[in-house]
Amino acid sequence: MEIKSPIVGIEHVNKSYHKGTHTIPVLMDITLDIAEGEFLALMGPSGSGKSTLLNLIAALDNVDSGIIRVGGIDITDLTETELAVWRSVNVGFIFQFYNLIPVLTAFENVELPLLLTGLSRRERREHAEQALRVVNLASRMDHYPGQLSGGEQQRVAIARAIVTDPAILVADEPTGDLDRVAAEEILELMDRLNHESQKTIIMVTHDPRAAKKAHTIRVLDKGILNNVHSQAAS
Amino acid sequence: MYILKLLLRNAFRHKLRTSLTILSITIAILAFGLLRTFISAWYAGAEASSASRLVTRNAVSLIFPLPLSYKDKIRQIDGVKQLAWGSWFAGIYIDEKNFFANYAIDAESYMALYPEFIFPPDQKKAFLADRRGFCAGRKLIERYHWRIGDTVVLKGTVYPGNWEFVLRGIYQGRDESTDERLFFFHWDYLNEALKKTAPRRADQVGWYVIELTDPNRAAEVAQAIDKTFKNSLAETLTETEKAFYLSFISMVGAIIVAIQMVSFVVIIIIIVVAANTMVMTARERIGEYAIFKTLGFRGWRIGGMIMGESLLIAMIGCLFGIALTPPAAKIFSKIVGTYFPTFRVEIETIYMDIGASILVGLCAAIIPTWRAVKIRIADGLRRIG
Repeated sequence: MEIKSPIVGIEHVNKSYHKGTHTIPVLMDITLDIAEGEFLALMGPSGSGKSTLLNLIAALDNVDSGIIRVGGIDITDLTETELAVWRSVNVGFIFQFYNLIPVLTAFENVELPLLLTGLSRRERREHAEQALRVVNLASRMDHYPGQLSGGEQQRVAIARAIVTDPAILVADEPTGDLDRVAAEEILELMDRLNHESQKTIIMVTHDPRAAKKAHTIRVLDKGILNNVHSQAAS
Repeated sequence: MYILKLLLRNAFRHKLRTSLTILSITIAILAFGLLRTFISAWYAGAEASSASRLVTRNAVSLIFPLPLSYKDKIRQIDGVKQLAWGSWFAGIYIDEKNFFANYAIDAESYMALYPEFIFPPDQKKAFLADRRGFCAGRKLIERYHWRIGDTVVLKGTVYPGNWEFVLRGIYQGRDESTDERLFFFHWDYLNEALKKTAPRRADQVGWYVIELTDPNRAAEVAQAIDKTFKNSLAETLTETEKAFYLSFISMVGAIIVAIQMVSFVVIIIIIVVAANTMVMTARERIGEYAIFKTLGFRGWRIGGMIMGESLLIAMIGCLFGIALTPPAAKIFSKIVGTYFPTFRVEIETIYMDIGASILVGLCAAIIPTWRAVKIRIADGLRRIG
């Protein structure tokens, strides 16, 4: 595999949660580089801190200490406002429960992130339709999430994640709520986005079959990152 | 367009809850509108008063009379064009519940001073010619189905006895605000009767109405009149017709203040009801707000969506409330119409309805907006699933 420069650089990151007077450490001295175009799976038991690490990489949460650089920018140094803009441009999100807005159609859900861009209505339409074509859902763009199956909703979520053409896709248990067939379709789609569109994908999963799609598997256990498990892409 | 669509769909996501909230706001705006109309109806007489007329009454109180002899002295004061006089009769028609204002007036001069009371010429002539005649406003006539030539008996309270009058004239108001529920008869008729039955009460009037040569001289002329009768047995208080009406209203000032307070309490209650709806809504959607933030939407945009939804619900309720107020006021006026010259919804009331609804919409959204803006993304996302 071709070695590329890291798009994500994590240095000595610590994160803990506070419950009353107790401090619960979640991540301890995490250091990790993720290369551009990488497909990384973060695995580990529940409560090991993998979703927290994903949230930190995607700037959804703040570190206690340490540095996270994404595309050369230290995101731990940005304000809330700067982070909001940064997220809208650089990161696409895929969640376990799809997190679509139920009162918006598939098309409108995909169009949502484009409202923050300066695109015209016609350009937004073109981009959203294109994203829905990529996930093979152009024919169902006028359906509401409630009218779609779980797999279809997740494909809409993926279309929403890629519509602004971000460099990084973060996925938190993307197949966790899907049956085996739908999960396989989603993983194929993510694999295709990684290969054909060179998206860097960071995926948290419990599912070994999902992890098999990744180039690299990193395992977190009790907030500590274990050794690298590289594998050939399927 | 996209945001408006989102606001509409979000607002009606829970149709029953939103409908009930809209219904509450509608009822509140209707109640608020009626109460404000009630208050403005109270002031309608003052609003309809002329700037070129003064009213002179006893300085001690309205219930004390003034000598008739004052009329000649007042006429001589510079700035006085003409004057008329009248007395509050307070007669009861059949039963006390049939309340309407009835006055003894110096008919010819009074009619000259009040061009807003329009009579058919033949009726005016007939009224002036018949000392026992009376005239009344169109609405009062319609209420009691009186016809020209009918004899009406009023039971005197201030002036005891049964007083018979014959209907000779029916007037119509020149303006919408002109009171068409008044009953006028000849002061001479009253005075002549008093000369026989209670001579000490004769040749006295309740008030003088003065027409000015120049409305801008009102203060100066009023001062001159009062100065003329200073240190007399019946000192006078002269004020503009508007101030005269307002002094009437001030007698029931506490009631008006209470009504005003109730109207504002209605709005405060509906703010709490609407705020409850919006708090529930925001709590249910906190995960969605986290998603919006995840996608890069900033707090003020999310706050704007909540405010927009709250305003939308409030304004729908407001529209229904405003639409229902005039028909409700019409029904209400049939019940209380005798007490007010007019009972119609003023444009200012509509503006106040709109203002109150905007206030409801904004206040109801404050807490949910603050919560949505402050929510940490990671915490919000944890609430999904």
